[in-house]
Amino acid sequence: MIAYYSLFKIRLLHGFQYRTAALAGALTQFFWGFIYIMVYQAFYNSTSTPQPITLHELIEVLWLQQSFLAFFVLWLRDNEIIDHITKGNIAYELCRPINLYSFWYAKLIAQRLSKGLLRFSPILIIAFLLPYPYNLTLPDNLISFILFIITLILGLIILVAISMLMYISIFYTMNGTGSLLIFSLMGEFFSGMNIPVPLMPHLLKTIVYILPFRYCSDLPFRIYAGNIGNKEALISIIIQITWIIILFSIGKLGMKKALKNIIVQGG
Amino acid sequence: MIEVSGLSKSFKVAKRNPGIISALKSFVHPQFTTIQAIDDLTFNIKQGEIIGYIGPNGAGKSTTIKIMSGILVPDKGNCKILGYTPWKDRVNYVKNIGVVFGQRSQLFWDVPVMDSYNLLKDIYKIPEKMFEENLDLLVSTLDISQLLDTPVRQLSLGQKMRCEIGASLLHNPKILFLDEPTIGLDAVSKIAVRQFIKTINKEKQVTVILTTHDMQDIEALASRIILIGKGKILLDGNLAKLKNQFNSQKVITIDYSESNEVINIPGVKLISQSKERLMLSVDTSIIKISDCINLLSKKYDLLDLSVDSRPIEEIIVSLYREYQI
Amino acid sequence: MKIYFKYLKILIKKELQYRTSFILLAVGQFFVPFIIFVGIYLLFLRFPNVGGWSLYEVALTYAIIHIAFSISECFGRGFDVFSTNIKSGTFDRILLRPRSTILQVFGTRFEFSRIGRLLQAIIVLIYAIYHLNIDWSIMKTITLMFMIISGIIIFIGIFMIGATFAFWTIEGLEVINIFSDGGRAMAQYPLTIYNKFIRKFFTFVIPLGTVNYLPLMFVLDKVNENKFIYMLTPLLGILFIIPCITIWNHGVKHYKSTGS
Repeated sequence: MIAYYSLFKIRLLHGFQYRTAALAGALTQFFWGFIYIMVYQAFYNSTSTPQPITLHELIEVLWLQQSFLAFFVLWLRDNEIIDHITKGNIAYELCRPINLYSFWYAKLIAQRLSKGLLRFSPILIIAFLLPYPYNLTLPDNLISFILFIITLILGLIILVAISMLMYISIFYTMNGTGSLLIFSLMGEFFSGMNIPVPLMPHLLKTIVYILPFRYCSDLPFRIYAGNIGNKEALISIIIQITWIIILFSIGKLGMKKALKNIIVQGG
Repeated sequence: MIEVSGLSKSFKVAKRNPGIISALKSFVHPQFTTIQAIDDLTFNIKQGEIIGYIGPNGAGKSTTIKIMSGILVPDKGNCKILGYTPWKDRVNYVKNIGVVFGQRSQLFWDVPVMDSYNLLKDIYKIPEKMFEENLDLLVSTLDISQLLDTPVRQLSLGQKMRCEIGASLLHNPKILFLDEPTIGLDAVSKIAVRQFIKTINKEKQVTVILTTHDMQDIEALASRIILIGKGKILLDGNLAKLKNQFNSQKVITIDYSESNEVINIPGVKLISQSKERLMLSVDTSIIKISDCINLLSKKYDLLDLSVDSRPIEEIIVSLYREYQI
Repeated sequence: MKIYFKYLKILIKKELQYRTSFILLAVGQFFVPFIIFVGIYLLFLRFPNVGGWSLYEVALTYAIIHIAFSISECFGRGFDVFSTNIKSGTFDRILLRPRSTILQVFGTRFEFSRIGRLLQAIIVLIYAIYHLNIDWSIMKTITLMFMIISGIIIFIGIFMIGATFAFWTIEGLEVINIFSDGGRAMAQYPLTIYNKFIRKFFTFVIPLGTVNYLPLMFVLDKVNENKFIYMLTPLLGILFIIPCITIWNHGVKHYKSTGS
């Protein structure tokens, strides 16, 4: 455990070095947030029919999406791991007395945490200071806020487990591009990045609720915005935990099988 | 042909300390230190010379090469090469030089060498005839005719380096800068590369400026050495001079039948001693070698004896030590 | 120009060696933007219009911007990924050669997989034109061409500015995405749906408005007077490249004095 912790720490520190990058990132995300908000505002203005999510709730979701981007986008990838797998340097990693799944997991989660932690606050602060309806407000009650934090953390755990599957699939395809492509496409669409989940047509929404992706971003953010009630949130936490168990099992199993193949092939 | 005077250049680098607190601190308020990469360099180089430009890591070698090849503008000082100031008239100046960086490639990684050569022909606007002639010469002296159709990624390090050097000479440069050309090469390739540099220098009168950590390169090639440390020139002279200046030190190794005698001769330092073997360093300005041997033979029952000059590596190391760099 | 084609030839040759990767990248380039359009389509199932523009009008805007962006990314990729050149020292090599730095940077990279993005944009273009009742004339066709060309040059200019940033900082580069990716995302809707500040910024600073809005008014017959001026606005957008080149040259000068 200590080994994973110190790896985690090193990665976190490493991420903290990039000050300008963090500021630039925050600025970029802020801009994107604004563009999205204006687009949705223009859409909402075109009709007086009530929508499954109010414009202000949606704006809150959009700000949270931009703030915590590093927690749930799948296109954020670790080229080192991909290189290890495709170029066969994996042998070095295997020489270490550690569990490779946990080792990579620690590395990846630290990367996302350091990126996310550095970036979320500037965006959130600015979003709080904006005038209504563009601003971000605190959740209606403390319970929603606590539920938001819990679901966000569980969501990050799910997301890194999904990204582990992506890396493991490279063992089988030996082509980083393909795996990355499929995973990030699915991730983006099914987590509500292209079109917010509540605004999706019914059939699509059903599919999205079956898949794990929305539980990383859509769920916590809508809890915060008040679009998902506390009761539904509690049920969702159980679903999140179930997904964590499922994804961990598949990941560890897949990794074990992949490594066995490598050893048989002689590296 | 090359006149460098008073060249200086400094850089600013961010300071980083270990630990989470200082990481956050430098995140909020980064600190910088200034490093004087080179400090008031002055030297002249004549056509046809091969200069060994040496010094420990971080001494300012690359900075000098970068300035002389027009990539970097110095803070102070002058540099006239072939009548140009390198950083002022880049496009016209660089037609006259070739540069090889030992750790970087200028060839396209995924396509055959010849494609890169053809591209260079157009970049440098090399006339067809001159290109053909140069190519013939390079191919035969570097022995790369079989390599031209191979993608660079499939070449060995030594083969790649030969092709790199070839690429730098296609346009008939008058000056060739070589930055660690033999780094990582096997013995055979090293010799081939050295041989080639010598040939090109002799036949085409190409002036060569060579940085290296390999003293054999220096011994085989350089007619003159410029030693630099902490941004300053410490020594500028030919190899023989360097060797003589420090050759007052000789090493005597003797084998003897068992003895526990302790030696105490002025001007003689003990390097190592075992039951049957002794290594001594002798300062010939204090005691003559013959006298020393005489004294030794009285103390020990000598079985074998050899006298060596110190190898050039050691001279350099002791030079570094002497100047504390 | 001859050298440029030489570069092109060498890099095509290189690309051909990695067929699987190339195909996958191209497929990705097709679908990644395409799901954005699917998102737009789905939104229109719920909402009748966006800022008064119909689905097909938005589709036309989307298509033009994506065609321009894909072409500029294909040929201007050398500037887009320029920071790696600085890191690996390739730029030193460029300085050692007796040719213009801009030409050489263009030659360092081509991203042919952008054909995927181009293809999806063309499909959307056909879809839009099929459903829009435009009374096509030669003038309108030429205007459409101008829009695309102007878009290509503006995006290349943005890439150049981003590349120039790399001379100072490799870390802060992400901010240029505001103008390249952000500009693209923004400009896939007509400019009028945004607030005044954005509208002004993307008309007078980074003139994407001369690609996706002003000439569009002419093509869609939304203006009656001064048609000629609306038609020619894309040409004004092209002027954007001039300050970009100046900034680039300034960056090269800075690099030569710090060598960072």
